[in-house]
Amino acid sequence: MTPLLEVRDLKKYFKNKAGMLHAVDGIDFVLEEGKTLGVVGESGCGKTTLGRTVLHLIEATSGQILFEGKDISNPTKQEMHGIRRKMQIIFQDPFSSLNPRMSVCEAIMEPLVLHEHMSKSEMLTETRRLMDTVGIATRFENSYPHELDGGRRQRIGVARALALNPKFIVCDEPVSALDVSIQAQIINLMLDLQEQRGLAYMFVTHDLSVVKYISDDIMVMYLGQMVEKAPSDELFKNTCHPYSIALLSAIPVPVYPNNAQRVLLRGEITSPINPKPGCRFMARCRFAEEKCNEPQVIEECAPGHFVACCRYKEIKENKD
Amino acid sequence: MEDNLLEIRDLVVEYHTDDDVIYAVNNINLTIKKGETIGLVGETGAGKTTIAKSILRILPQLQADLKSGEIFFEGVDMLTLAERDMRKIRGNKISMIFQDPMTALNPIEKVGFQIAETIKLHNKIRREEAERRACDMLEMVGIPMDRFSEYPHQFSGGMKQRVVIAMALACNPSLLLADEPTTALDVTIQAQVLDMMRSLKEKLGTSVILITHDLGVVSDFCDSVAVAYAGEIVERGSVDRIFNNPHHPYTLGLFGSLPRLDSTEPRLKPIKGLMPDPTNLPSGCRFYERCPDAAEACALSPPQDIEIEPGHTIKCIRGKEGGI
Repeated sequence: MTPLLEVRDLKKYFKNKAGMLHAVDGIDFVLEEGKTLGVVGESGCGKTTLGRTVLHLIEATSGQILFEGKDISNPTKQEMHGIRRKMQIIFQDPFSSLNPRMSVCEAIMEPLVLHEHMSKSEMLTETRRLMDTVGIATRFENSYPHELDGGRRQRIGVARALALNPKFIVCDEPVSALDVSIQAQIINLMLDLQEQRGLAYMFVTHDLSVVKYISDDIMVMYLGQMVEKAPSDELFKNTCHPYSIALLSAIPVPVYPNNAQRVLLRGEITSPINPKPGCRFMARCRFAEEKCNEPQVIEECAPGHFVACCRYKEIKENKD
Repeated sequence: MEDNLLEIRDLVVEYHTDDDVIYAVNNINLTIKKGETIGLVGETGAGKTTIAKSILRILPQLQADLKSGEIFFEGVDMLTLAERDMRKIRGNKISMIFQDPMTALNPIEKVGFQIAETIKLHNKIRREEAERRACDMLEMVGIPMDRFSEYPHQFSGGMKQRVVIAMALACNPSLLLADEPTTALDVTIQAQVLDMMRSLKEKLGTSVILITHDLGVVSDFCDSVAVAYAGEIVERGSVDRIFNNPHHPYTLGLFGSLPRLDSTEPRLKPIKGLMPDPTNLPSGCRFYERCPDAAEACALSPPQDIEIEPGHTIKCIRGKEGGI
């Protein structure tokens, strides 16, 4: 079976006064229908750019994107219009991603107006059905975004993305602006929708503990490159890349007594402009040595578990 | 009480808008001992930041109305102090770290100067001496001295927050109010900053009120916890009690909603509904509508603090037994 989405060696460079900024640098992944890929990394690792490049919201520098087996790397305007309805996005900030001058009803209806040939009353019925699906009471249909709280606004974002019945949704930090009790509501809503509609998600976030609940596979990114990718359980059980290990250990766990052994990274993320060919994490890695200056080869260390570190075996042995 | 550094009694703060009154803080009582680090936990709109701003008396003057209450700091009621005396306390004995390091610094002054300014303001010393101490502070928060003359835009987020922390600790305050100090930072940087803050507070013996929504940070950093909800403190106790034996249904709900790495549950258990509208608070228990254990009596009158263990209080008439 052809996978829903396949991305091959995708690159996005931005030209910049100082040189080329390697935002996304050679990413490969495959996403099956109804599955979720979690993309995790810190600010500046290129996770948002990756999501947007996949959707053609920004043009890729090079690489291939196959959607339902068809190459959509260089679509015509018309083709793109057709693809749009199958691929949607939910944005991070429900406070700035909604037009303040559109009511809830208008905002959710907008994709229908643009894509569907429906009468006004059909559209209204469909909009109300969508509001019901995402859990916004119809009494809010004439409210404007500023009258609603963050949770409800994000529900509008979800409803807009669902309006055209897409197969694939890029979720760009959809819950990071929300409070925990609301965040849990939205995550559960997204899981329900996935079960009902067989949606595939690419869930972009900085929060590994959120991604654990929603992902089948998880990809950890650092400075535009994939450093590790594995099925969700495998990644948490058998973390291989030194960056993933540090990232996991840095997450504060809400238990007491808290005996977590933190791996404190030295320094901060290095510049993505004209990076050196070797491992990009090297400057902060406590295991770095001479051979890390060479470009890293991605190895499969367990079935479906890929890691881009030349020393992962030695590190593992030392740990055990 | 000798060892109480700060005592807040029956604090009530309202905000007035053109049409509404927002009941932000409703009858809060809170005591902090010398050297204690307390985590003030709650969601947006729970009144956490308002409490901190009331302590320093930096509430927006036009809208905010500090209706009643007393705030004793080292035995003096700060709400009765003259503004002149208050100025000697701010940044000196009590200082505050704000959430967003990007906006807390003056963009057109050198960072070293901004630290030295605080020191000079509160100590009768020469400029050179103040700058020398500012250099020491920079070193202490892990920034090389030679960055003294750089401007905030030349620093990354984590580094800026270090500068802000250096400023806050420059006069060796006895109380530090840290309002979401690491929320704007990446987790690996957050770990670095928290690690640094922990060693500094131990070294200097500072009491800290850490305002946060992240329970993970609290268990790692604090001695005790106060859980705020809709302008009230609904549960207060030691970290051990709150994390291993929480009693208030809201605290329980908060733990259930929390995505956590150590959990095997396939789904999160959110709290149903939303926080009540602060302009129109329910007359009974504020958590009544969302509470899975609510009884009829809960809607009738606001619950009082009940001490279920020495030092562990909850605002709930049903005070459920058992842990999570």
